[in-house]
Amino acid sequence: MTDTAVVTTTRKDWVSDQEVRWCPGCGDYSILAAVQMLLAEIGAKRERTVFVSGIGCAARFPYYMNTYGMHSIHGRAPAVATGLAATRPDLDVWVVSGDGDALSIGGNHLIHALRRNVNLTILLFNNEIYGLTKGQYSPTSEQGKVTKSSPFGSIETPFNPVSLALGSEATFVARTHDMDRKHMMETFRRAHEHRGSALVEIYQNCNVFNDGAFERITSRDVRSEMLIPLEHGRPIRFGTDGSRGVALGPDGRMKVVDVAEVGEEALVVHDEKADDPSLAFMLSRLARGPYEPTPIGVFRAVERTEYGDAMSAQLIAAQQSKGAGDIDALLRSAGTWTVSG
Amino acid sequence: MTVTAREHQPIELDRVVIRFAGDSGDGMQLTGTRFTVVSSLFGNDTATLPDFPAEIRAPAGTLAGVSAFQVQISDHDILTPGDAPNVLVAMNPAALRADLPLVPPGATVIVNVDAFDERSLEKAGYAANPLADGSLSRYKVYEIPMTSLTMEVAKQAGVKPRDAERSKNFFALGLASWLYSRPLEPTIEWIHKRFAGAPQVLDANERAFKAGYHFGETSEVFESNYQVPPASLDPGTYTETTGNTALAWGLIAAAHQARLGLFLGSYPITPASDILHELAKQKHFGVRTFQAEDEIAGVGAAIGASFGGSLGVTTTSGPGVDLKSESIGMAVSLELPLVIVDVQRGGPSTGLPTKTEQSDLLHAMYGRHGEAPVPIVAAKTPSHCFAAAIEAVRLAVRYRTPVFLLSDGYLANGSEPWRLPTVDSLPRIEAGFATETNHVDPDGQEAFWPYMRDPETLARPWAPPGTPGLEHRIGGLEKADGSGAVSYDPANHERMVRLRAAKIAGIAADIPPVEVDDPGGLGAAEVLVLGWGSTYGAIAAGARRVRARGLQVAHAHLVHLNPFPSNLGEVLSAYREVIVPEVNLGQLWRMVRAEFLVDAHSLTKVQGVPFRAAEIETAVLDLLDSLGRHAGAMEGPEAS
Ligand code: SF4
Repeated sequence: MTDTAVVTTTRKDWVSDQEVRWCPGCGDYSILAAVQMLLAEIGAKRERTVFVSGIGCAARFPYYMNTYGMHSIHGRAPAVATGLAATRPDLDVWVVSGDGDALSIGGNHLIHALRRNVNLTILLFNNEIYGLTKGQYSPTSEQGKVTKSSPFGSIETPFNPVSLALGSEATFVARTHDMDRKHMMETFRRAHEHRGSALVEIYQNCNVFNDGAFERITSRDVRSEMLIPLEHGRPIRFGTDGSRGVALGPDGRMKVVDVAEVGEEALVVHDEKADDPSLAFMLSRLARGPYEPTPIGVFRAVERTEYGDAMSAQLIAAQQSKGAGDIDALLRSAGTWTVSG
Repeated sequence: MTVTAREHQPIELDRVVIRFAGDSGDGMQLTGTRFTVVSSLFGNDTATLPDFPAEIRAPAGTLAGVSAFQVQISDHDILTPGDAPNVLVAMNPAALRADLPLVPPGATVIVNVDAFDERSLEKAGYAANPLADGSLSRYKVYEIPMTSLTMEVAKQAGVKPRDAERSKNFFALGLASWLYSRPLEPTIEWIHKRFAGAPQVLDANERAFKAGYHFGETSEVFESNYQVPPASLDPGTYTETTGNTALAWGLIAAAHQARLGLFLGSYPITPASDILHELAKQKHFGVRTFQAEDEIAGVGAAIGASFGGSLGVTTTSGPGVDLKSESIGMAVSLELPLVIVDVQRGGPSTGLPTKTEQSDLLHAMYGRHGEAPVPIVAAKTPSHCFAAAIEAVRLAVRYRTPVFLLSDGYLANGSEPWRLPTVDSLPRIEAGFATETNHVDPDGQEAFWPYMRDPETLARPWAPPGTPGLEHRIGGLEKADGSGAVSYDPANHERMVRLRAAKIAGIAADIPPVEVDDPGGLGAAEVLVLGWGSTYGAIAAGARRVRARGLQVAHAHLVHLNPFPSNLGEVLSAYREVIVPEVNLGQLWRMVRAEFLVDAHSLTKVQGVPFRAAEIETAVLDLLDSLGRHAGAMEGPEAS
């Protein structure tokens, strides 16, 4: 939640005394900077901000933030953060995770945190590789990917994190990339404002083990043709002068079209608040991988009761109907008898 | 048993053991529980042993589907549910076949004769009807048509014939209530409360219950009935409790004493789920229960809640502990309060979900990678689960550490009368959150060091998020002593490993010495029986039996398994022989041998059921015999 009280901090206030130890050129640096700048910009409070991570390169993030933080164990950050957020509705709890951490070993926790709508801002650094363990294929690596653990090519079908989140009943799902600080900050701001679970997939370049994985869509020269910015209430257009767009074909499938050919009326108008996530899901399937025009921005942002709030409401209702708990009454609640001396 | 006959009066007994056995769907657990509660209210001491299959409804009428409930009621204080039933109530042939081996010759067997048709006999594996072939000649057998008598009265309540049959457990309860002169009112009252929402069912059950009672009174099938007078228990207010309920209440009371919010992260698992159910009911105490997606999330969320300043607890059984191990290791490294409740069951793997075992002690002790010491507290009786839970919380909070609280299936589901403590008598627990910085950097900057330790307890400060100026990061990587910054320094790692070990070892100074029950004084007997956990009742009863023979034996029972009480070495060395009975293959036995170089004997049993007092007695007698002390000892009366 954004604090209304004016607290002026600068990015420097959010930087911890720990030396940042990612590889030079790693996309994580720009994500860290975007988060620190955003928190300063929105006037967040350091003592009310907590970063929780699991294991992986991205998971070092909390050490670099001058806030409360926990570097937990592999895959479990959403579980740990759920216990924290459910008991402390006053805190801003961020989860920082990667594709291996969130989608492989911790997949179960991620989908359930999203389903429950726990008040967490989840940043999923997707670099389509295992970095910290030195370059094995991950659950988002493309089929055929040759790595140390897949010398003949990966035989697995990758996850699409946005599709997975939408299928997990997530109330807020967005995508951004590490080459565009402005877009990252805006997306993070939206995610942070959302009460409930917010998942942001960040295309992040691992320049050591999977360099250029997203280059075909994120590099400056191709971006306008390859990234499809989603804006609520607007027809979905992209390309030079908005010449291309997204429409539903007669077969009901979503596809990229020439606006000149189909006319602007034929374009899909993006509705991030739609109760039915079907169109958002179709958008998430538009690109088969980061080599086709790919939507970025907020896919879905709907309101649903937050988990901790629902939990607190039950506590308050119980206290109103039964009164505050009394230990002595509890011990006697199953019936008693007295033995006299 | 001492039997005193009186004219026109129920025959007085000092104690009786009754076993209700039937099909899983027959409601035997309910029958046994109600009989127990009525007896406790009447003033008897009671001890119970529920014994049911893992399947919710195993194929009806089969041996695998038999569900039983054994209760001992007594006019003096007792410690176990009894070694052998005096009365077996068998609702069908399978129940008779499964449980008859437990019943000594001469005992009473009451059968629901309606259920002894050809098909049911066949399902139970009887080639011939045991009621007809003379195979029960050594028992006092009463054949009662319970189903048809129940149907007759339940039909008057207007329920369908199929449902009418289902009230037969209340008929059995009524009959047992008459046979042992139990008051009717508490049960009738309970039926009215329990079935208030279903008037027809209420009526059918009440009629069946009364019919059972009146059948006993008027049918002249039984020559007489019995009375077990009230026991002279310590004065006080009592309730009847199971271990799981007492444990849940202990957690609530402890959180209350510490003024902390209680957060339970748990995944359903037998036999621990009832703790989750109980806590989920108690929201007005500010208890937050989180039914997690898996065992790992249960403990993870509890750790997150503790980081946030709540009391994080996770409840499970052995298979769940396996899954939680990595997270428990993290809590050791984070040095945050956490209570892990392990309601042990038969293992390995899925093992025997509904049967008891004490086989997770070494798992709790060593089941993590790295040097990861964790305090262990074990409950010894169902009602002691309350105090044990408070003690586990006290240690977790004071020492900022995960603590194992061991219960087991026998304690979890077994029940006994519990003299209620007063709230004033409960220990105070201080959360003692950090409120200010604790270090000054060389440049004069005030700082908060999360791994600065209290010199007395070696515990680190607990600073939940929200406090300005105390922002800090913790994690599973090794930390520099004091500052808590990530450190791979070899000397620092050794220092931290030793500090964590010293912190847990130091708890020995903060726990009571182990008490020894040796009527002649410490070391008066030659043999010491050393136990832990739910063997308490059987060992204490076994010791009584040995003493009743005019022989000496001592009994010490551990509640703290790590660290051990500081006097344990001295106690062990005061006895010539030490014997350690356990429902495992000798886990405490290994620990005391390793720690104290004591050449103790191990007495083990792993059948999914508790020790019997007689088994302890025999083992002690054999040991005394080997010392040449048995000769000439008189045959003692049975004690329990
Ligand atoms: S291995 Fe890859 S993801 Fe990890 S720090 Fe280096 S560049 Fe970044």
